[in-house]
This record gives sequence, C-alpha cells and structure tokens, in this order.
Amino acid sequence: MENLEQLATQAKAAIAAAEDGVSLERLRVEYLGKKGQFTALLKGLGKLSAQERPAAGARINAVKRELQELLAARKAALEVAAVEAQLAAQTIDVTLPGRGQCTGGIHPVTQTLERMEDFFSSIGFEVVEGPEIEDDYHNFSALNIPEHHPARAMHDTFYVDAHTVLRTHTSPVQVRVMESQAPPLRIICPGRVYRCDSDLTHTPMFHQVEGLLVDENSSFADLKGLIEDFLRVFFERDDLAVRFRPSYFPFTEPSAEVDIQCVNCAGEGCRVCGSTGWIEILGCGMVHPQVFEFSHIDPERYSGFAFGMGVERLAMLRYGVNDLRLFFDNDLPFLQQF
Amino acid sequence: MKISEQWLREWVSPALTTEELAHQITMAGLEVDAIEQVAGAFSGVVVARVVSAEPHPDADKLRVCQVDTGEETVQIVCGAPNARAGLKAPLARVGAVLPGDFRIKQAKLRGLASQGMLCAEQELGLSDASEGLMELPADAPTGADLRDYLGLDDRVIEIGLTPNRADCLSVAGIAREVGLLNSLPVTAPQCEQVQNALQDTLPIEVQAPERCPRYVGRIIRGVDVSRPSPLWLQEKLRRCGLRPIDAVVDVTNYILLELGQPMHAFDADRLRGGIIVRTAQAGESLALLDGQTVELDTDTLVIADHSGPVAMAGIMGGQATAVGDTTTDLFLESAFFTPQLLAGRARAYGLHTDSSHRFERGVDFALQVKAIERASRLLLEIVGGEPGPVQEMVAAKHLPERPEIVLRAARIRKLLGFELAAEEVERILAGLGLGVVATDEGWQCSVPSWRFDIAIEADLLEELARVYGYNRLPVSHIRANLVMRSQPEAILSKRDLRRHLAARGYREAITYSFVDPRLQRLFDPQLEPIALSNPISADMAVMRTSLLPGLAGAVLRNTNRQQPRVRLFESGLRFVAGPSGLQQIPTLAMAATGERYPESWAVPAQPVDFFDIKGDVESLLALAGARSGFTFEAGERPALHPGQTARIIREGQCVGYLGALHPSACADLDLGAPLYVCEIDLEAVVQGVLPAFSELSRFPEVRRDLAVVVDQSVPAAELMANVRAIAGAYLTDLRLFDVYEGKGIDPKRKSLALGLTFRDQSRTLGDEDVNKAIGQVIDLLEKKYKAELRN
Repeated sequence: MENLEQLATQAKAAIAAAEDGVSLERLRVEYLGKKGQFTALLKGLGKLSAQERPAAGARINAVKRELQELLAARKAALEVAAVEAQLAAQTIDVTLPGRGQCTGGIHPVTQTLERMEDFFSSIGFEVVEGPEIEDDYHNFSALNIPEHHPARAMHDTFYVDAHTVLRTHTSPVQVRVMESQAPPLRIICPGRVYRCDSDLTHTPMFHQVEGLLVDENSSFADLKGLIEDFLRVFFERDDLAVRFRPSYFPFTEPSAEVDIQCVNCAGEGCRVCGSTGWIEILGCGMVHPQVFEFSHIDPERYSGFAFGMGVERLAMLRYGVNDLRLFFDNDLPFLQQF
Repeated sequence: MKISEQWLREWVSPALTTEELAHQITMAGLEVDAIEQVAGAFSGVVVARVVSAEPHPDADKLRVCQVDTGEETVQIVCGAPNARAGLKAPLARVGAVLPGDFRIKQAKLRGLASQGMLCAEQELGLSDASEGLMELPADAPTGADLRDYLGLDDRVIEIGLTPNRADCLSVAGIAREVGLLNSLPVTAPQCEQVQNALQDTLPIEVQAPERCPRYVGRIIRGVDVSRPSPLWLQEKLRRCGLRPIDAVVDVTNYILLELGQPMHAFDADRLRGGIIVRTAQAGESLALLDGQTVELDTDTLVIADHSGPVAMAGIMGGQATAVGDTTTDLFLESAFFTPQLLAGRARAYGLHTDSSHRFERGVDFALQVKAIERASRLLLEIVGGEPGPVQEMVAAKHLPERPEIVLRAARIRKLLGFELAAEEVERILAGLGLGVVATDEGWQCSVPSWRFDIAIEADLLEELARVYGYNRLPVSHIRANLVMRSQPEAILSKRDLRRHLAARGYREAITYSFVDPRLQRLFDPQLEPIALSNPISADMAVMRTSLLPGLAGAVLRNTNRQQPRVRLFESGLRFVAGPSGLQQIPTLAMAATGERYPESWAVPAQPVDFFDIKGDVESLLALAGARSGFTFEAGERPALHPGQTARIIREGQCVGYLGALHPSACADLDLGAPLYVCEIDLEAVVQGVLPAFSELSRFPEVRRDLAVVVDQSVPAAELMANVRAIAGAYLTDLRLFDVYEGKGIDPKRKSLALGLTFRDQSRTLGDEDVNKAIGQVIDLLEKKYKAELRN
C-alpha cells in the first residue's frame, strides 16, 4: 500500500497539469478505469488479511473519490476557461461605427409646416391645399382686390398671362373652400407662394400657412386668443409677449399685424429685431364682408377671421437661421442640421 | 411718409417723448419704420460771417478768412471754393464737437493759425453730400448757435403707411390722428381767402369730369422767382425728404406735405389759350419735367392748353410750361382726380411721383380751394405778385360718394367681442371727423371727404378697435362642436412617405418651381412649359414640368461643393399644359449619386446603382400595402439612359419613372458620377390598399429551387409573373435568388435561379402535388422561353 500515496500524488499532479478534456479522460481511464491503477489496487486487496482489508479498501476509495472530484473540478475549470478563451477571441471594438445607410432628414421648412399643421389640427382645423397657378379672380378679385387696386402692386405678382398668376398667397385656397363648403369652416392652407422679389431678405418663392375660421359667432377676441395661443405653443414660451397692430389687407376688416417679443434677445433689442425688441410675425383680421359675399356666405349670419404667416420666417426664428436663401440652396451641410 | 416731429408739434403736441409718440401712432396703425435725427450730433457751431477771404500765401487751394463769430473776429484757414467775403456760414469754434466725436482744436495749416472750421452741410450730418460751405441766409444772426437757429433738435419720423390711409399722407392727417389719440385740439394754419388783386382768369374746360370732378386754378401775376424760399420752409421740405428747388416748387411741395394736396404751377405765359382737362389723343406726346418724353395713350388724362398736353394729370407736369428763371406769371392748379381712374396710370409709364402716390390712394376732395388759398398766401409772402380770383370747376355728381353708414351696437359686441361705451364710440368717430347721430340700434354715421377707406360698418368697427387700442380688446378662445372627421385609412400621409425616405438616407430638398428653360428642355423636350411673363431671371423663366431638373441642380450644387454622396428627395407640384388644360400634378422625386453607403470601415466602397434606388422605391411603394400591385417594366424617358429606365405601372397606368441619367445628360449638366432618379405621381403612391386577412396554414411548406437558362432579353418580372400564374394555388412565394451570366453559359443567355414555396391550408403537400406544379412550370418555361434546365 505504500505506493498508494505515491500514486495519489502522481495522479493529482497529472490532473492538475491536464490542459484539455481529452487528457483528463485519458487520466480517468488510466487511474480509475476498469483497467486503471486504482482498480488494480482494489483488486489487490484480496491479498490482504481480513483485518487489513476494510481499512485499506476505505483508504483506496477515499483517494479514488478525491481523484474523481479533482477530475470533475478540473474538467469544469477547463470548460470555463475554454468559454472564456472563446469569448476573448470573439471580442470586438464596439465603438466602431455601425454598418449600413445613414439617416436622411426632413427640410426645416417642412418640419415647421408640420408642427403648425399639428397645432391647428389639434383644435379641429382641416389642412387644405390648392393650385399654385391661379386665376386672378381667386388670387385677387374674390379677395376684394380689384384690378388697379394699390394692393395688387404690393404683391409683386408673377404673371403667366393677363388673367393667370402664380398665387401670391394661399388665400385663394380659402376662397375655393368658401365657394364649395358651407360654414362652419375651420381650415388652414399651407403651401408655396410666389412674389416677384429677390434680395437678401426675399426669395421669389416661399411658404405660407393661412388659416380661416367661419362660424356664427366668431369675434376679433377669438382671433386674438387663437393667435396668441399658437405663437406661444410654437415658440414654447408661455410668457411670450404678443401685440396686435392695426394694419390693412383688402380681404379683412379690421386687419392686424401681429408682433412678438423678439425671441432672440427677449425684447432687449438686437440685430434680429432691428433693435426694436419686436418682430413682425403674421397678418390677420376679420373676414371682409365683401369677401363673404363673393363666396355667397351671408355676412350678417356668419363672421370669421383669417390669418397668414410666412413659414420660412418662423423657421428662421425657431432655429436661428440667419439667411433666408439657405432654405432653397439645398446644401447638405445645411440640411444635415435639421 | 417722412414727417418732422417739430412740424407735427406745431399742429398738436402731446406730452410724450418721441419714442412714446412713435409707439402710440404705430399701435394706431401708422407704423413708424424709423426715427432719425435731422442733423448729426454736434455742438459749438455758430452762425458766422466771413469778413474777408484772401488766398493762402503757401497753398493754392486754401483761403485765409477773417470770420466774425459775433463775439470776436478769428482767422480760419479754409479750402472751400465758396468761402467769400460776406458769406454767412456755420463755424465750428475751437472746442466744438462735430458728428463722429470730432473735436475742433486750434491748428496750423501751411504755417497759418486756424481757430476753428467753417462747415459744409455734410460735416454737420445735414446731408449725405455737399459742395463747399453751407450757405446761410444773409439775415442769419451772426453768433447764434446753429442748432437753435435752424431748430435742429428735431427728429424725422418715418411712417410706413398702408395704402388705405391716404388721409395720413400729410402733416394735417397725422396731426388729426395724434389729436384724437391724445384727446388734444389740433391747430391748423391759416387758409383763409387771399384778397384778389386782379380779375384775370384762364378759360378752363373739363371734358372728362368723371376723372376730374374738381379743378381749381388761379392766376398770380408779377412774381419774382429769383427770391428763394425761406430757410424754415426749405428745412421742413428737407426733413420730409424733398429737395428745395425754387420758391414756387417749394411752396407747392410744402402744401403737398402739409395738407396732402398735390399742386402744380404753370408758367402762365407759356400756356396757349386756356386749360382743357381731357384724355390724350392718339399720337400725342409730352416732354415731362424729368426730361423724358412719353408717348401718351388715349387712356391717360392730361391737362392741355389749346395747343396740346401740358401735364400728365395728377402725375407730372410738362417741361414746356414749367416755371423757370424768366417766369413772372403763374397759373396754380389744385385738382381732384378720381382715384380708381388714375390708379395704375403712372406705373404704366414707369412713373411714380409724390403726386400720383396721393391721387391714386385718394386726396380729400373738399381740400382744393383751401389748398390753393394757403399756397397763394405763402407765395405772396415769398415771391410777391398779384392774385386773380380762384376759379373752380366742379362736377358734383362725379365727386366720390360718401354713404351714410349704420353702425349697430350689437355688431360691435359680436365682432369685437366686447361692449364699447356709447360715449367712447361717439368720441372716437367724431374725432375722426365722422358725423355721428345716435339711433335706436346704434348710430348713423357720415364719412368725411378725406376718408376713402370707410364705406361699410366693418370699416367703422376697425376704426373703433384701432383708436381704442387692439391690445386693450379682450381675448377669448374659440368654441366649436367637436365633430370627428373621417380619415380614410388606405390613404397614406405625405408625412409617412417623407419619414420613410428620410429613414432610407434621403434628405428633403425644396427647389424653386420655376426652372431654367434649357434644363426643362433637357428633361421634357416634348412638353411646352408654362412660361412666366415677368420672370425674376432667365434661369427661372418656366414652370417645371418635372421635379428632376431642380433636383439634379441641387445634386450638382452639392457635388460641386465637396459632397460627392448625395441623396435627395422633393415633393411638390409639376405643371403640365395639355389639351385638357393645365394640370398641376403632385409629384415625388428622388435622386441619388455617389457611394452606395456612407464611407465606412464596414462596407467596401461601391457606387450606387439602379437597384439601390429601385430598392428604395420598392420599399416606398410597399407602404401602400401588400396588395397595391405596382410593377416595373423597361421604358424610355428623355434624359434617362435607354437601357436603365423603368416605367412604374399601377393598374395599367404609367405613374412614374425610375432610371439612370443619360450619360449625355450627365455631361450636359457637368455631373461627374452617374445619377439615379425617380419621379412618381404622389396620388398613386398615397393610394394604399387596406389589409385583408387570409387564413394561416398549420401545415409545413415545401420549397423547390429551379435554375433555368433563358435569353438575356427575357424580362425577369414577366417570366416570374408567368411562373406565378401557372404554378397553381399551392404556390405561396416565388423568389429570384440568383442571376448568372458568364462562364459556362451561352453568352446571349442567362441563368435565373427561382425558389418556389408551396403550402396548402388543409393538408401536408406530397411530392406528387409539388412535382405536378413544378412540371407545369418547367413546361411553360421550355415552351415560352426555350428554357433549359440547369443542374
């Protein structure tokens, strides 16, 4: 039995040194298998006396159990190591950029238009579009701008022929709706409009959103409330100062221009507001009775108001864009900012 | 309209600062655009008299002047050519500060001491340019502070008037508003009748009374036009933006600014016979005061004498009868021309004058006599002379009508949303010059002759709101019945399309709707575009018939600016004139050039090709739903590559194109790399199809792959459609998973590898079911396409 200790020491060392599952299995067979060395030792017990046999058997079995545990532990350790090695080998630089297409984007004018549409849609306004090449009746006459009216000159109109123009505002869409639908009406008309003017602060094409509400009891007070609400939600400023100034449009009476406190300088005076602290932002007014009559709506029964604003101007203020013309240059470094 | 604050305050002077006054009138609808000082900031400048002016001994262009400052005589070295003995001119004394914080110190010029500086207008910020020293009147008090003497502590208020407020195109009109806003009385100048010294008149015949309902004239004989208008008058004109010319012109301009009545003065000696107000006759022309000669059309109202036109009525006088150095007798004209009949006339001749500006918008038709009396008074004071009687020709029935307007208290409540006290209503309307009589339901109002913009009740509501103050009016929120609107589920929103394209790497562009005719011809030579009569420039002259020229231009702009990889889309109208009239067609277009993917470590660099953009288009069209039925077929379109163009078909209609730009078009546009484009009608894209459920199968599917060799000209889509049609009801999916041309295959043929998936709802398919279907497919392919099965 003296070589039991020696054999155990030898086996333990071999197990500890085993580097893979195959070696471990070979060691198991070598020591613990049917023809293994410990099996042989057990078989050799027969040579011992009956008194020695139980103690010797117990010692051999204890060593055998110990070796079995060592084998299992070594096996588990090798498996863990193998998984770890595999994981280590599979490790990547997760900070590398991902594969595939980059995302494009929506034009800032469209984003602004969509926000405006959302605000008005949320209180029941319907979005209506219309033709951009218009007849002069819908662009002018039906809006109480007869031929030779100075307001026609104010509009710098592009003409296709004597009676066909590129619409100078989206108001003709309102006329078309009033002609075809009965009140109550709540619509907004977004779209491209055209003026024959091009310089630092004018482009020959730009976008407008015009709105129209016709109902039995709508008042200038309603108009003020709606416009104030819109401007405050648009600029996300509950305390935005808004003021109404009398103005003139042939299709509204009373008419107003609306100024907001400069959103760039909070009214202190800066380059954006020309040091006045105020920015002219939209025009509005109560629908002129003559306009109702053109569209066969009874001005005694119904009243209404209309408003119109330039989308680029709102987008410039909202996003801090300092040059109107950038919107139509379509330079990627510009578009990518939105 | 520029107005001097001092002048306004002569009429009405509220206790407000300039800024407060400007704010007040802005909020009343007379928008102040600018407030400017009438002179630069300077001090220490006095009226001085040049006692003597001798040449500088050491400098040709300098003079050595002895100048009387009122306190002493000082020596000034001066370079101005008009420095001469006796001249009164501004002197900046030592210690004076001129605009720009320029301090005047004792100096030596070419060895001689100079104790101050004689000034030109420009140096005092009185004008933008000047020649020589400012010449002050001989009676200017030597030693007086120049600011005090000229009243320079004044500001110019520039008002951007809306076209309806012609009544405020004068000091009188603005004073009326300011008086009302501050509840102050307004002091008007003396306009009473001038004593007639002569009985001389000129025959006046108004042949077009509907265009000229009132014509007032007067002869003044024996004037001395060499006498300049007084400094106070010149200063007022200058501050209001008019250049002093001579006393007669200055006075007529003064009346224009003060009362708003445009006037004209003729040299009476040059008028032949008398005055005839008539429309021009064919072939007549007129040499105008500004030097140009215009051919008159027969729709133009002229003032003529018995030899022909002498003025374009209400617009500009003629050269031949103008007041000049030799004039001794004047014929003054003060008329009312009907605005609607004058509107647009000046513009038709490319003219716009202070006079036409006012007449087109409406001049107070009761003002003419008052204005001519006021002008006569001023002229007599300045240039002397003897006036004849005022001659007035009136056609009362052609004067503007001033209807009585009923104003109902209930309408104030309804439209302004609040109750305005009756006394306040009456105070405001009366203050505006309206006649107001209370009635049971409100008021009966009559409109003054100077208001052309008040005709109906709504106009009165605006006046009330305006004067009361828009910002004092109440605020409320709209109320309405909440009614749900239908929203067809199958119609896609344009927003979804935009978001989809953005997610696939496209950026939205917005290009002009008018394009270069050359580009338009390149893309749609078969279409005659709609041309603008007055384009802003030659390269924006026609309306686009396609979105592609604009989009290609945007791509080019980017590739020229170091952005080689560009993916853009745009939506908007294109404009096509056809036999059935003009169509304005909502359209979506896309364009892609450069690399397939953004430059990356992860993907090899490959240029974008047809199937990239086709994949993008297919994914977009798939939004319309699984059963929307778009197909593609080979097609051609101008400017596109004939071998790489597909027509997009839906329900048998071509709804769009997809393809590579033709190499020659690329060369034409200077595009360095291939450009792939798509243009499709939005109506077709947004029209989706509602999903409709079909039962799911619990049984396994069977897949068979077939590789067939067919002629290269066989369109894959057509072959697959035929396979789908014949493969029987069990076919659930058909894929084209490989296309091969090249080695091992006839060079005119190609191999297509099809994957067919079969499945039934009610049972597991057996080999015999699938074999039968495959047999039919092979049979069809062999017969129709001479296909060989490939192993």
